[in-house]
Amino acid sequence: MTQLVLFNIFNGLIIGAFYALMALGLSLILNLSGVINFAHGGFLAIGAYIAYSLIPYVGFWGGLLLAPFLTAAIGIAVERVLIRRLYGRDPLYSLLLTFGLAFIFEDGTRYIWGAQSLPYQIPSWLQTSLSSELFFVTGYRVFMVLLVGVAVGALFVILNHTRLGIRIRAGTLDLETVSVLGVNVRILRNLNFGLGIYLAGLAGVLAAGMLGLQPTIGSSLLMPSFVAIIVGGLGSLPGTLLGGLLIGVASGLTTVFFPSASEAVIYVMMGLVLLIRPRGLLGEEGRF
Amino acid sequence: MNSRAKRAADIGVWVVLITMPYWMTLIGGYTELGSRVIVLGLAAMALNFLLGFTGVLSFGHAAYFGLSAYGVGMTIHYLVPSTPLAFLIGVTVGTAAAALIGPLIIRLRGVYFAMVTIAFGQVFYFIAFRWNSVTGGDDGLTGWRRVPIDLHFTTINILGNDKAFYYLALIVFAASAAVMAWLLRSPFGRTLLAIRENERRGRFLGIPVDRHIWMSWVISCFFVSVAGALYALLNNFIDPRALRWDQSGDFVIMAVLGGMRVFWGPLIGAAIFVVLQDYLSSQTENWMSLIGLFFVLVVLFFPRGVLGLVRRRAAS
Repeated sequence: MTQLVLFNIFNGLIIGAFYALMALGLSLILNLSGVINFAHGGFLAIGAYIAYSLIPYVGFWGGLLLAPFLTAAIGIAVERVLIRRLYGRDPLYSLLLTFGLAFIFEDGTRYIWGAQSLPYQIPSWLQTSLSSELFFVTGYRVFMVLLVGVAVGALFVILNHTRLGIRIRAGTLDLETVSVLGVNVRILRNLNFGLGIYLAGLAGVLAAGMLGLQPTIGSSLLMPSFVAIIVGGLGSLPGTLLGGLLIGVASGLTTVFFPSASEAVIYVMMGLVLLIRPRGLLGEEGRF
Repeated sequence: MNSRAKRAADIGVWVVLITMPYWMTLIGGYTELGSRVIVLGLAAMALNFLLGFTGVLSFGHAAYFGLSAYGVGMTIHYLVPSTPLAFLIGVTVGTAAAALIGPLIIRLRGVYFAMVTIAFGQVFYFIAFRWNSVTGGDDGLTGWRRVPIDLHFTTINILGNDKAFYYLALIVFAASAAVMAWLLRSPFGRTLLAIRENERRGRFLGIPVDRHIWMSWVISCFFVSVAGALYALLNNFIDPRALRWDQSGDFVIMAVLGGMRVFWGPLIGAAIFVVLQDYLSSQTENWMSLIGLFFVLVVLFFPRGVLGLVRRRAAS
């Protein structure tokens, strides 16, 4: 029993790490540009499929390294051509636009790579489990958690210690003032969008190694990421991280006792948070 | 638009709707397609009560639409084979859920309101999806059909006769549209418009904004539940996709496409959307991308919708 509980907590932590990675990207974009990026799941799938196509040429590590950057490049292009036009308009329009993009991406990946699930090769030494007792702790899973940790750490270093990151954070608080101080807000939003999509691409590559490749790989992770943002607190990136891990573990634990409620439980959590603490766990008062 | 043009538009809409089953087949459609237009049109108009006339962006209306539809299907399947009773139960379930969730979300605004409504919608999706033994899971709830309505002196055979069902749906649609139009003309409706235009000013004038938004939310979800109940009866079938977020997105695009600021706008949008979807899905396997592309094009080139454009041209 303890093993089962441990297994599911560990599993929940991994899933939570995905939610967090995705939700951090969504949050970055939402905070600076006020856009809910419905196509985030689609970008995740694109990242995963790009990595899959690159592996024969550059190997697993090359794919892991390159695919997120290529995904981010696509994101930057999409922002320039489409999403940029909608800043300052009713948020309804960017919502509908990214919603349409999500359809196009999902159908597009299905068209290019096929609807059936594809195998994603990971190095064999990563597949072995670390001990026979804790058979579920495979090298890949540990590696994944570590890599997500590194990525999140790097993100916070960027946000706190680089000029770009400081401008992004300042823009989140008051974009107009940042603009008046001479920062090119268009480029800032563009790069910020790319950063968010980079995280989606990275999550995609990692998820492909664990869940296999399917065109719908992203859309199933999208909704929980919304919940992670709401639970963690709108406007707070540490909150988003915490929210992601929390709902992952909660859903993992529910799997032990009441498997069919493992998806619904995170929405119940969201309801409770909104009831007791409407701004979310780490959200600032009066941000919305 | 002056009042005469408005009246002409009203009459035009009703004439088209009343005669639809008779010319629909002539231009290559079928009666069921007409029923789909008015059912989904009602849903989009219900959403627009909140979206266009209160200025609150809900992206989760499919939840209450689908909940009501499941209410209808499950009542007929498990409880009693009675269409009116099933209808009543379905609408009650959908509206009650909205009324309960309302207090949790009415304090949020803009994108955040949208995000929370989307997320809440997913609860019901997962319940319908996972609770196999009761809801039929992913395959949907089958093994039930709408039941002819027994009025003691006569029976309305809505099951065997497509036109009979169409007119029944049209009567429900007409009653709903009339009530919504009446509400919007009332002082309550004017207050909603005031909130849409300038919430802060409304607050300073002493309008209890949150309570009004809650009421508008419940009214909107009530009518979307009515549409959901009709939808279940129309298809004799209900599956979790009717509850999912992409269905909510469809309602929003219908409202935007037709014109959010015009009462009949969402109905026009629904007609275009339903016909287009019906056509595309019969022509190509990749209709999903085309619908997605359609969303993008509408946002970029038709943000005011068809009627918004017409109205603007008339004004200039």
